Amino acid sequence: MSAAQEPVQTFTPREFHRQAHDALGNPQIRANFRKAMDGLMAKRRDVFSDWDLEILRELGANIRLRALAKLPDLLERLEANCRANGIQVHWAESGDEACRIIREICERHEAKSVIKGKSMVSEEMHLNAHLEEAGIEALESDLGEYLVQLNEQTPSHIIMPAIHLNTDEISDIMHTRTGTERTRDVDYMTAAARAQLRERFMAADVGVSGVNFAVAETGTLCLVENEGNGRMTTAVPPVHIAVTGIEKVVEHLRDVPPLYALLTRSATGQHVTTYFNMISSPRKPGEHDGPEEVHLVLVDSGRSNIYQDDELLDTLRCIRCGACMNHCPVYTRVGGHTYGTTYPGPIGSILMPHMMGLEATKDLPTASSLCGACGEVCPVKIPIPDLLVRLRREAVGEGRGNVPGAGVKRTKKEAAAWKGFQWLATHPGVWRSSTFIAGKLQALMPSKLGPWSDYRTAPRPAKVSLHALVKQHKAKHHQADKADGEERS
Amino acid sequence: MSARDNILRRLRERTDGPLAAPQSDFAVVTGRGWSREERLARFERWITSVHGEVIHTTRADWTATLAEVLEAKGIRRLALGREHHVAAEARAALAEGDVTLIDADRDIETWRHEQFHDTDAGLTSTRGAIAETGSLWLWPTPDEPRLLSLVPPIHIAVLDADTIEDTFFDVVEAHGWATSMPTNALLISGPSKTADIEQTLAYGVHGPRELVVLLRHAEERP
Amino acid sequence: MTPVKLYPPKPEKVYFFGTCLIDLFYPDAGLDGVRLLEREGIEVLFPQDQTCCGQPAYTSGYHDEARAVAAAQLALFPEPWPIVVPSGSCGGMMRTHYPQLFAGTELEGHANEVAGRIYELTEFLVHVCHLRLEDRGQPEKVAMHTSCSARREMGLADTGPTLLARMGQVELVEQARAAECCGFGGTFAVRHPEVSAAMVEDKTQAIEATGAKRFVTSDCGCLMNIAGRFEHQKKSVEGEHIASYLWRRTS
Repeated sequence: MSAAQEPVQTFTPREFHRQAHDALGNPQIRANFRKAMDGLMAKRRDVFSDWDLEILRELGANIRLRALAKLPDLLERLEANCRANGIQVHWAESGDEACRIIREICERHEAKSVIKGKSMVSEEMHLNAHLEEAGIEALESDLGEYLVQLNEQTPSHIIMPAIHLNTDEISDIMHTRTGTERTRDVDYMTAAARAQLRERFMAADVGVSGVNFAVAETGTLCLVENEGNGRMTTAVPPVHIAVTGIEKVVEHLRDVPPLYALLTRSATGQHVTTYFNMISSPRKPGEHDGPEEVHLVLVDSGRSNIYQDDELLDTLRCIRCGACMNHCPVYTRVGGHTYGTTYPGPIGSILMPHMMGLEATKDLPTASSLCGACGEVCPVKIPIPDLLVRLRREAVGEGRGNVPGAGVKRTKKEAAAWKGFQWLATHPGVWRSSTFIAGKLQALMPSKLGPWSDYRTAPRPAKVSLHALVKQHKAKHHQADKADGEERS
Repeated sequence: MSARDNILRRLRERTDGPLAAPQSDFAVVTGRGWSREERLARFERWITSVHGEVIHTTRADWTATLAEVLEAKGIRRLALGREHHVAAEARAALAEGDVTLIDADRDIETWRHEQFHDTDAGLTSTRGAIAETGSLWLWPTPDEPRLLSLVPPIHIAVLDADTIEDTFFDVVEAHGWATSMPTNALLISGPSKTADIEQTLAYGVHGPRELVVLLRHAEERP
Repeated sequence: MTPVKLYPPKPEKVYFFGTCLIDLFYPDAGLDGVRLLEREGIEVLFPQDQTCCGQPAYTSGYHDEARAVAAAQLALFPEPWPIVVPSGSCGGMMRTHYPQLFAGTELEGHANEVAGRIYELTEFLVHVCHLRLEDRGQPEKVAMHTSCSARREMGLADTGPTLLARMGQVELVEQARAAECCGFGGTFAVRHPEVSAAMVEDKTQAIEATGAKRFVTSDCGCLMNIAGRFEHQKKSVEGEHIASYLWRRTS
């Protein structure tokens, strides 16, 4: 059955296990992700080879940390400079509030049609559904987002939204939804999408985009892209609304080049993207194109809560490159939809619990072998594995209790088991005799160890523990030494 | 209390107290020290690696090169500005030919359909370029508006070799961007592209299919 | 930038922290590690009160329990000798996470001091012992899986392969995606068994594709996982801790 004919699936983080099971059983999904992630990892390796990557990452982390250290001041400065430039600034505490603000701007302009550049924040707040309910059509224009929208899905990757689909599946979707020929010719499909979307750009009443970096010093919104749909979205319709999380602000314009260098290289292994689009004002008197109005919507949506905690703060350094998912062995195997969250993969697992609460997302922080690949490639050095462990602590009620849903995963049984482990491991005499007993009772050990032995042979306790072996070994040596000594004398 | 006040208050009254802001050392993004030749070679290598086309010419002869490009690519309708010397020289040189010159210095509302459907190429000047990434930098003006480099299927950009600098950081610093940002500042590195269909590169998804850089040297190169 | 680690000269004595997995399932690997060190003229002290580094509780989020277990281990190494751990995973726990675990507590200084003395076994053999090896085994191909903790947490991607390169009869073959996790991840393998299984399946296939009939690793978690998968499928590829492999072929 082709992707285009499959019933619409909805995903939720509550069903991570079932969704992972389904994805693992789907050879097409497995193959699509493996191929894509292998390619992205190789490209990243190549493009950083002529850079002093560690120094650049250090600078990236440092710039983001500085921005966060001054966050409230920078937001005020950004607002003041945007306003001075003629950009209208709005603040939203929640995604719903941001949706409302955007809808009201649309309604003020009697907008019927909104064209969208890629924006994960707009995905996070489900803007499209909100606008559709108000009778405003919201059309994605990034090719990947467009395909995903045609297929009534959500993005499976924050940079490459349609990465779960292969060429044949995309051909089917475009054929079914837009009437193009079935083909494996990517140029044909791209040209068809170009033609379809160009008409929509011209007709759109409002363009909605995200922001990669918002520069406080100049009141500038920076957008990174390859396709040109971002430039279209922000320059063709009469109104441009940019929506972004409050953490995206940077202090100075000179902070931008290093972050941009890190972003493109980490995301897709490009040394640069086709376009870097820096917007500082609406159309000025005498200018001939560009929107008459530019709005910036600053969304909190849990971010200021993350901001309270010194350790969790690192989460906000993220520049949304997606390298952590590209390098994640779990993401590579289960794909983005399995997570059931706007941001999948490692960054999603440390971010979404703050947005959705641990009750809904409790399986995400554990969906990692803590292999460290995400932390190793993060361009701003977010210690993702440490943050996953922190959220595990919060989930079992041994953290600071400042993450929504803290303690939700604690069960008496599990807590008692770890107390038991603690007792055993702090009573060395008992520990030694229990390893001794385990060795003696080797034959009686169950050959099945729950889920472990569905796929692997269960390990058998050794007949003699290391403690005992070393003791014997030392005794033998001691005797040998003594014998040696006696012979010589 | 407004959303703004609530957000700012939460940020200011941070549980774990104020944060120390570190200083940044930008050495890694500057100080390349490339020679003129190295800069040129790097610029050309990078922009051609992403499908940009570089055609070397001179300040004296560039309009003849332009005419050849228009001819070779079958460009019949060229949109361009008027006041910038690049546009002025192009207009003068092409006045007698059979390429239709479309005025770009008009409110887009009066010619949107023409720009989207009946323009073969847009000609723009550039402010400079970046060797490290093979990027052009443009600050669109009323004379050469922002869509001129985006909507037509071919973008012809005129670049003077001596305006190529080492890094993006160098450009931002040397030209005082922080105190003079225009409505729109752009880096352009190659034609529009996508890899959203199974990682296969395709050009011209929304913006130009082709980017031609007419790279002007002060004089004939030996 | 990762700071360059300065290694001490070869000491008279070292402590050996055997790890709970080795204690229970692979004691021979532990003993072989001890013998390798002794052969270099180092006296190996094995505190009999050692149990577990506490990592299982730590990564599961049970930090109070992990701290109690870790505190018990901190008391075992009173003399200033290096502490050698035949596992990147437990070594990483003790070197990197003990300071985090005890930050702001009375034991912070003690934890930092112990952490500074932690060496993974292959790291110690290469950088402190400058180990020479005389390979007496038959020529063979071997694959190595370096654990993620050794590779990334401890920055020791090269020490295992360096030792194998000193074995005259051994041809080290590299499997595809050598740096990718085998899917063990401690409790991860239990909490997400199917994802973990998919990972170990890929790892066994990659190792098998090298043509090697044997693989070595410096972590018994990975060993248990990968070898257990091979055995489950009745494949003839065998796994061994690198300490045992080196000792067996050079003694």
